[in-house]
Amino acid sequence: MSTTLTDGPAAGVVGTRMLRREDPALLSGEARFVHDLVVPGALHLVLVRSPYAHARVISVDLSAALASPGVVAAFSGAELAGEWGSPMPCAWPVTADMQSPSHLPVAVDEVCYVGDAVAAVVAASQAEAQDAAAAVAVAYEELPAAVDLEDAASDRVLAHSALTSNRAYTWELVPDAAAVERAFADAAVTVRERYVQQRLIPAAMEPRGVCVVPQPFGGEYVVYSATQIPHILRTMLGITAGVPEERIRVVAPSVGGGFGSKLDVYAEELLCLALARRLRKPVRWSEERSEAAQATIHGRGQVQEIELAADTEGRVAAVRVRLLADMGAYLQLVTPGVPLLGAFLYHGVYDVPAYAFTCTGVFTNKTPTDAYRGAGRPEATYAIERAIDALARKVGVDPQEVRRRNFIQADKFPYSSPAGLVFDSGNYEAALDAALELIGYEELREAQARRRGEGATRQLGVGISSYVEMCGLAPSRVLASLNYVAGGWEAATVRMLPTGKAQVVTGASPHGQGHVTSWSMIVADKLGVSPEDVEVLHSDTAVSPLGLDTYGSRSLSVGGTAIALAADRLIDKARLLAAHRLEVAPEDLSLSAGQFSVRGSPSSAIGLGTLAFEAFTAHDLPEGMEPNLEASATYDPTNFTFPFGTHVAVVEVDTETGKVDLVRYAAVDDCGNQINPLIVDGQVHGGIVQGVAQALFEEAVYDGEGNLLTTTFTDYLVPAASELPSFSLGRTVTPSPSNPMGVKGIGEAGTIAATPAVVNAVVDALSHLGVEEMAMPVTPERVWRSIGASASGTGGGR
Amino acid sequence: MQVTVTVNGKTESHDVEARMLLVYYLREVLGLTGTNVGCDTTSCGACTVLLNGESVKSCTMLAAQADGEEITTIEGMASSDGVLHPIQEAFREHHGLQCGFCTPGMVMAIASFLKEHPDPTEAEVREGLEGNLCRCTGYHNIVQAALAAARPGALAP
Repeated sequence: MSTTLTDGPAAGVVGTRMLRREDPALLSGEARFVHDLVVPGALHLVLVRSPYAHARVISVDLSAALASPGVVAAFSGAELAGEWGSPMPCAWPVTADMQSPSHLPVAVDEVCYVGDAVAAVVAASQAEAQDAAAAVAVAYEELPAAVDLEDAASDRVLAHSALTSNRAYTWELVPDAAAVERAFADAAVTVRERYVQQRLIPAAMEPRGVCVVPQPFGGEYVVYSATQIPHILRTMLGITAGVPEERIRVVAPSVGGGFGSKLDVYAEELLCLALARRLRKPVRWSEERSEAAQATIHGRGQVQEIELAADTEGRVAAVRVRLLADMGAYLQLVTPGVPLLGAFLYHGVYDVPAYAFTCTGVFTNKTPTDAYRGAGRPEATYAIERAIDALARKVGVDPQEVRRRNFIQADKFPYSSPAGLVFDSGNYEAALDAALELIGYEELREAQARRRGEGATRQLGVGISSYVEMCGLAPSRVLASLNYVAGGWEAATVRMLPTGKAQVVTGASPHGQGHVTSWSMIVADKLGVSPEDVEVLHSDTAVSPLGLDTYGSRSLSVGGTAIALAADRLIDKARLLAAHRLEVAPEDLSLSAGQFSVRGSPSSAIGLGTLAFEAFTAHDLPEGMEPNLEASATYDPTNFTFPFGTHVAVVEVDTETGKVDLVRYAAVDDCGNQINPLIVDGQVHGGIVQGVAQALFEEAVYDGEGNLLTTTFTDYLVPAASELPSFSLGRTVTPSPSNPMGVKGIGEAGTIAATPAVVNAVVDALSHLGVEEMAMPVTPERVWRSIGASASGTGGGR
Repeated sequence: MQVTVTVNGKTESHDVEARMLLVYYLREVLGLTGTNVGCDTTSCGACTVLLNGESVKSCTMLAAQADGEEITTIEGMASSDGVLHPIQEAFREHHGLQCGFCTPGMVMAIASFLKEHPDPTEAEVREGLEGNLCRCTGYHNIVQAALAAARPGALAP
């Protein structure tokens, strides 16, 4: 595969920076989020949540709540226990012996984190439901809580009284243990690092919301939910609430960001459905921000140990990784699988012969964790990219040079990785070169030397992060080998309407990614129509019954490919009809800009619009041809895709106050061919900031009793514009050979790359002062203490 | 209590609970759901509207406090024939929105900011927007949109 440094030629609209079709409705306030839906007669659900991290529920007294004005019903967990066909679902039993404590939407006799629901109150208004919920009297017997991850792993305190160990599972990937042992025994240089991936709160700007409307006839339910996964949700609601799946229609209206936090099946979705069934009334629930901090999944939460075996030149011979992964109190939809999504990538972009990975998932009495932007891959990239910098310091080689010495070379693709993957395509050095040029690396090193020489208060640091990720989740057979219970395909239908307009039905479900724009660009070029003439139907299981939704940077490489294939099939049919009408053989026709013309006789032509009408009237079709131009495709990818790139962060660190300012940032990403570079830029920008946020600002902080201390935006520091610079973006283009459009995916790349780039930059700014360790988030206090500790020779940064 | 407010140029008068916040008055009584609620602590700015031309967070103000005042919401920004306001247009042109949830508040905050700072630097725009959070865009393109809207003539009627 060749790599080019430009966006590539654009024939048609694909590859152009077309403005988004979604924007006018969102900009004018016309778009409707779940909270905006007007549903007459809807009852409001409010949950009573445990104030204890771990406690036995002695009694739930609902009498005062039931007497409260406007209250329609109130239930304890025990009273609702009969509503559930099965416990809350976990779709990823990563090992045969994985433990999964029973998880009901409302706990019955034991609560296992602060925020675990103990009672449900339904009233005519939100305010009345809140007042009544405050009147529910719950008696608890407090139990010891397992809060700290490493302490929980020791089983000193059990997170669930029904379990005999907090260990959920141990999962290993050790293709050749002897080779790893040998490499470490022979290594001239070893690096051993320990990193903590703090817990993060996803904090989509739109809190979650659900509204379930029982239909007056037929026993059907319409479930409106702020979800990324309407299709998976429908199936899981059917299984868990015991409602026949075909009676459930899930609609995700405008969804205000997800980042994985809306890739789940939540108690509130099940409760609204069960209560709408029980009360025969629409039931809705609106999440408050402080509730979102506790009752929506968290991300990350790992303790990582990574070791490198290398020679004196900094060439890495082996990588060995041991993880503890914080599951939280229960296994949500894909909780146990998140570390596995990183398990294959701890050698990063480097050609490392020997590899060993092991992970133990551990229960704690904290909010469940699950997929958060990047899911496993940011953690892996952080560990290897910080460790490679540590190696560079140890062998005394510039960090960019150590990377070069270890890169998987461009002529090695497709590359069989030591963890058993086949990387589709790549040219890591080209992306590194482009990033270093974009940031002006040599000049920065000179400026850094000057400041060091002057003993300046504000020191300069440059941090590099070269990454590769596996995305486009996922080949169904690979998912099967990892014990994931579903497949990874995506479905699409493309049809032409009698007036020559096109319709696309997709199983992908957007929440900010601009799918309507991108899908209409793909189809516009295929069919020779204007993108404005392509209607994209999505996120409603009645309209799009088949789909596996949006996560894991899969929408374009899997869902977009399904659309392209469906469009090709439609064209195949149209070609037969055109041949019939023009009285030529199908292979004598060429298609250009929506016109079939006879090769060598271009005046003999017929347009797809005309053919659509002919196929609709069906007055004169070839023998055996069905009416209408419509085709469907379900695409199951043959491999993951492997986007890559290099990001470079420049920080100024005030050595007196410890304050870190991110002053410049360059990102060169390679996501293969691009449908719309404008949208790619936006994904990169947003991804970078979520990565920077982990590096510098955000942490879900618990006290020793398991109380979450960061439940509002005044405690949980989602960065604002004032804390960030603008970004310099570049791109290389190395198409993926795995799918026909050569695309890879860009939704998570920024977040994967940014965190280690920033922390490496901070360490780089202070390394001449002896600072090597730096825990996240890199707060001024941590920086200040680490400078002091290094000066006094006690280490620091923890 | 009776509240009379001019919202997007139209006089509205309603009997509301004394404790009703302005944002719920706009959303639930007037049906203007473009103004969003993203937090409980006046932190995120999704609910930003204009009060007599100046940005306020409508989750931190009672409807009663708006009595006799003029409110502009996102629904009042485009012209009556649907032509987007130059700030809205700049957001579109510069891809300043993704999921769009913070966008109405951002647009209103920028409208107020640019009135006070007609020719801002990038740093001033970033400082001026520190009360509005966005989780999708990384702010880069929002800042570009604000700077573009500040170009001479861009905001001319």
